[in-house]
Amino acid sequence: MFAYYFQLGLRSLHRNPVLTALMVMAIGFGVAASMTIWSVFRATSGNPIPQKSSTLFIAQVDNYGKDGNDEGEPLPWMTYTDAMALQHAHQAKRQTALYSLASSVIPADPQLLPFPARGYGAFGDFFPMFDVPFLFGSGWSAAEDEARASVVVIGRELNDKIFGGANSVGREINLDGVSYRIVGVTDRWEVKPRFFDLDIKGGFGVAGQIYLPFNRAMDLKKKPVGATICNRNVGTDWDSFLHSECVWLSFWAELPTAAQAANYRQYLHGYAAEQQRAGRFGWAPNVRLRDVMQWLSYRHVVPKEARISLLIAISFLLICLVNTAGLLLAKFMRRAPEIGVRRALGASKQTIYAQFLIEAGTVGLAGAALGLLLTALGMLYVDRVFDSSIAKLAHIDVSLVGLTIAVSILSTLLAAFYPTWRAAQVQPAWQLKSN
Amino acid sequence: MQIKPILSALRHHKAGTFLIALQMALTLAIVCNALFIIHERIEHLSRPTGIEESNLLMIDNHWVGKKDDDYSPAKTDLVALRQIPGVVDAYSSNAYPLIGGGWASGVRKDPAAVEQVGVTAVYFVDEHALSVLGVKLVAGRNFRPDEIGEMRQNGNPDAPIIIITKALADKAFPNGSALGKPLYLGTRGGRPSTVIGVIERLQAPSPSPGEDARSQYSTLVPWLIGGDSNNFIVRTRPGQLDAVVKAAPAALNTISRLRVIPDGGVRTFADVRKEAYKSDRGMVELMSVVCVVLLAITAAGIVGLTSFWVGQRRKQIGVRRALGATKNDILSYFLTENFLISFGGVVVGTLLAVGLNLWMMAQFEMNRLSTGYVLSGVVALLLLGQAAVLAPAMRASRVPPVEATRTV
Repeated sequence: MFAYYFQLGLRSLHRNPVLTALMVMAIGFGVAASMTIWSVFRATSGNPIPQKSSTLFIAQVDNYGKDGNDEGEPLPWMTYTDAMALQHAHQAKRQTALYSLASSVIPADPQLLPFPARGYGAFGDFFPMFDVPFLFGSGWSAAEDEARASVVVIGRELNDKIFGGANSVGREINLDGVSYRIVGVTDRWEVKPRFFDLDIKGGFGVAGQIYLPFNRAMDLKKKPVGATICNRNVGTDWDSFLHSECVWLSFWAELPTAAQAANYRQYLHGYAAEQQRAGRFGWAPNVRLRDVMQWLSYRHVVPKEARISLLIAISFLLICLVNTAGLLLAKFMRRAPEIGVRRALGASKQTIYAQFLIEAGTVGLAGAALGLLLTALGMLYVDRVFDSSIAKLAHIDVSLVGLTIAVSILSTLLAAFYPTWRAAQVQPAWQLKSN
Repeated sequence: MQIKPILSALRHHKAGTFLIALQMALTLAIVCNALFIIHERIEHLSRPTGIEESNLLMIDNHWVGKKDDDYSPAKTDLVALRQIPGVVDAYSSNAYPLIGGGWASGVRKDPAAVEQVGVTAVYFVDEHALSVLGVKLVAGRNFRPDEIGEMRQNGNPDAPIIIITKALADKAFPNGSALGKPLYLGTRGGRPSTVIGVIERLQAPSPSPGEDARSQYSTLVPWLIGGDSNNFIVRTRPGQLDAVVKAAPAALNTISRLRVIPDGGVRTFADVRKEAYKSDRGMVELMSVVCVVLLAITAAGIVGLTSFWVGQRRKQIGVRRALGATKNDILSYFLTENFLISFGGVVVGTLLAVGLNLWMMAQFEMNRLSTGYVLSGVVALLLLGQAAVLAPAMRASRVPPVEATRTV
């Protein structure tokens, strides 16, 4: 029966090629616009670290009060003073102060020019906390943090570039004229968005290739390259910068259970209260503790363009569906006499439903084919609207193809529901009489 | 024209009428807002920077192993850059318009006050900056070579003298000249900076959205920057830009190889502008395509459904014609019918458009949709409806009276 109705559907669609083409195009364009934008939205709104996103937390402490905070919200960064206090308090399973820095790699061969490398200053807990994959070696120990050791972990790309991909653990690397011993090489680590590094290209830029022990980076006065906000007077040297109220650090804590997270929130509150008592803060404790997904949502990681476009694209699809519903209604009702004959010859309402829904499904299928084609075309233009680091993430995969087909067919069936119902309501006697 | 019979005829086509009106309403809501997005983005990307943008070259430079308080490398590099054939002049700075990021600082008239006049972009420059950028001095004077100081790392940009943009001067001193008056840059309790010059326009480094005037709050501070990275801004003679693009990094590397000029670190200002407004241009293109396709689909939908109605009513049309209705009567019947449906659609659509705009204002910090957009959208859709219905209506008007006697 299905095959027969499918054939009937094809024949009927063939009878009004313009109307059919119109419906197929409406569905195709609507679906393609939605799917293209969705691919960007999906890429930017994903969970970068699903296995741990609910146990990793970033803390903020309001150190400015109402004449420096962001309309009541603490600024998204932290002072050195607060980050070090939290680091040394060691109230979480693991914790790390973290910031973005930039270095120049000086090749051993004097013929070669130095080149830039971005990286991070962090404590040794960083690696197990964020499940950083290692190709060779490992991170550094807490003892090395304390000893302010001149060690470094480098990324796979940098290792490929200067050591030709060989195991470089134990070898030396010269950054800005200072020599470091390599203790580990991370494997390719594509967390998108890079939730701990949102100041650089919104978390979608190229991954940093250098990880320096935080204390060592402080000794070498490695300046932050992300945001630095100073709402109070700062002295002129590094030491007074460190002990100023400038915010520029992130502080991440791993809190495996809800109880631990609650305790930590309590602890943060207590810490701010203590600062208030000591006279540093002239306001009630104002602290935040957000897990990874809350943090990404608070920092609006999904680009505004993607959110607006998705809204417009979905409305566009909706209009295309209304359009298709109207055309299907016209098409089906024009065949009222035919329906009347079929009903009079004993076809049940269910049969009419089946016949017309299958016909609509055929339109949906053709729409899906056009939609896929247009989505593929749309992918070529994604980088005209979005930053290339984000456009790169948008791609067609099996799930997007599946979704495109499913959305096309389901939405066409949805649009066909009312016209089909009307078709099934056709009274055979009335149709036969009027003819 | 009799509207009553049309309305009662429409009662027999409730679903079709409703679908066309709904489609009109949704189309109006989306097209209005899409056009408004286009308008906002075009306004944003066509903002003038205030500088002469042609023949300008920007070099992103990092010295390796340079001490923060060593100001000599920039001076040496600048001497070399200014000697390259084809170069008119050059200076070194922390930033330039449209580079993104940059240094922003609070401005106060009273050093002790909490409230600020505004937030200004801070450009650290020397006496060459005005001529290199080609910005116009509208009052006061330029810096003199002996007035160029040295930046204090992480301190306030509170130099004894500054040059500010007219937008900032007007904001700080609405009732008189800013010349010779003190302003306080940076955190509370800083030192005074006397305004010695006012320039016509200079956009902030970050092309962020928001009102135009605020993006023009800029301050030139006569300090050499410390630290290990800077930007060289180079003006070339006409036609020499491409040659200097190659010659400049080569000249810098000849002075010292202990530096990094990253890939894409040498850009003409045209490149800078293109990159800064990429997503704005992209949104304009995307929204334009959406508008065109949407209007086309809506028009096609109206043609389709009206054609069906005409086909369905051939017999009635024939009867009317036989009873004396003219071709024009039939034509205007269908035009009026469409107008009534469209009118219902655009009334609902206007509400939807405003609602969508309010929601987007809350979500995406957009501005309020201006009435002009809604009105022109309404007119455009009504015309679109009439145009779309014209062909089927003409066909209907050609139905001969003899049709009345035929059975289908």
